[in-house]
Amino acid sequence: MRTAERSNAVKTVIYVVLAAASVTFLAPIFIVLMNSFKGKLYISDAPFELPNIKTFSGLENYISGLEKTGFFSAFGWSLFITFFSVIAIVLFTSMTAWYIVRVKNRFTKVLYYLFVFSMIVPFQMVMFTMTKTAVDLNLDNPVGIILIYLGFGSGLAVFMFCGFLKSVPLEIEEAAMMDGCGPIQTFFMIVFPIMKPTAITVAILNTMWIWNDYLLPYLLIGSEYKTIPVAVQYLRGGYGSVDMGAMMAMLVLAIIPIVVFYLSCQKYIIKGVVAGAVKG
Amino acid sequence: MQIKKYFPVFVLPTLIAFCIAFLVPFILGIGLSFTEFTTVVDAKWVAFENYIRAFSNRDFLNALWFTVKFTVVSVITINVIAFALAILLTKGLKGTNFFRTVFFMPNLIGGIVLGYIWQIILNGILQIFGVTLTYDPKYGFWGLVIMMNWQLIGYMMIIYIAGLQNVPGDLTDAARVDGANGWQTLKNVTIPMIMPSVTICLFLSITNSFKLFDQNLALTAGAPSKQTAMLALDIYNTFYGRVGWEGVGQAKAVIFFIIVAVISFAQLALTRKKEVEQ
Repeated sequence: MRTAERSNAVKTVIYVVLAAASVTFLAPIFIVLMNSFKGKLYISDAPFELPNIKTFSGLENYISGLEKTGFFSAFGWSLFITFFSVIAIVLFTSMTAWYIVRVKNRFTKVLYYLFVFSMIVPFQMVMFTMTKTAVDLNLDNPVGIILIYLGFGSGLAVFMFCGFLKSVPLEIEEAAMMDGCGPIQTFFMIVFPIMKPTAITVAILNTMWIWNDYLLPYLLIGSEYKTIPVAVQYLRGGYGSVDMGAMMAMLVLAIIPIVVFYLSCQKYIIKGVVAGAVKG
Repeated sequence: MQIKKYFPVFVLPTLIAFCIAFLVPFILGIGLSFTEFTTVVDAKWVAFENYIRAFSNRDFLNALWFTVKFTVVSVITINVIAFALAILLTKGLKGTNFFRTVFFMPNLIGGIVLGYIWQIILNGILQIFGVTLTYDPKYGFWGLVIMMNWQLIGYMMIIYIAGLQNVPGDLTDAARVDGANGWQTLKNVTIPMIMPSVTICLFLSITNSFKLFDQNLALTAGAPSKQTAMLALDIYNTFYGRVGWEGVGQAKAVIFFIIVAVISFAQLALTRKKEVEQ
């Protein structure tokens, strides 16, 4: 009886701790949401107060924010670049990984280690020279940047696909080839479907990276085409004062797609992140 | 081998992109760090001068020290809290999924957005004491630590949970039967069993903290007077903020790369060793 009481008490304590932690984790988002409905002059003065009759400003911040940042076009560019880059990464690197695993020679071995090596190189190392190279090759546009993302994302993706393929038995592929399938048919009809779980993981990790990436799109296409992070940073502008109202509204708009994406693919995201962490 | 002939289809697209985005810029970057240049074409060989200038640059040394301090503090706080939450969430209580969902969410929000969310909150709190985030570097430092915790705790927690779920229940039961209390079971049975997760989390949080850029730019942008600029931001400022310093910026980037590479190889070596032991 006493142990049951004790375990109930322990349970209560755990719930209190978890509830307090949840409030701490969610509060920042609610504070931003709340402030996005307050007049821009009231935000910095009392950021923790709920909007009242005096400070409530309706959708004013959203309207001025949308005007200042061109948020809808930023959303469009973010979506375009993220979507096609992720498709390109999943498609091309899975093909490359299959080639590396199935054609074993010195060249593919060197190639594999080059891809793995690229994973540990921080962006700042190639930031300047990569931007110059891309500009020289006319890749400083929303289509060209997809090629850059493919190149930059190929390290982790090739590594993960190779890791998975090493455990896939050859027999099925050999049977398909025996039946007259060429390598391209074999890859798309047999190999790629087997790799689907890894493909989902690679897609999720790259979506999270590219959607939120700031520096690469800023340096390469930022003056003409703004993605969401670039548009948010643009609000800060030079040295002038920041329109806090517009900023709050844009933060809310930037968070909404992420929350929708998260809640709809939560299972895959968490699985993908664990798989990516263990292998990366 | 039939596949071999299909090199142009399977490998070439990735390889071309890889060369343009990574391989050529990387080699160029190493080369340029030994030259003085403004546009790549006008590079002039100066040997190690850029490296000497980098190491005698106060901003750089300050950024290096700030980054190391920040990394140590964040890695400890993130992993302790993440591990504690993971323990609480593997007790089989109801509502575990809800809590997991909540704790992980900040990880998906990008660095720039995160930085501005915390800027308004931290400035709001500091206002009570009549100061702002950029008033003194120590506020920026702790602001960055709090923000990094908010972002990474959920991520590390997920990895710890995955590790904890693989610890066989009979093992902890056996320890209990032998008379071990909760703390002893945790220290002598659970933690040794999840060492692979610990290694992963430590290195993920180290590299993530060490390479931090977006959050740093959005939260303080290095203010006051570059004192809260971390390495990545200092390199960026050197490249794009000072004409004639491009070579020094590239040298700083190479130094940055070498530090990150050493951390990564240490991880690889450690993980390999652990795998052999098991």
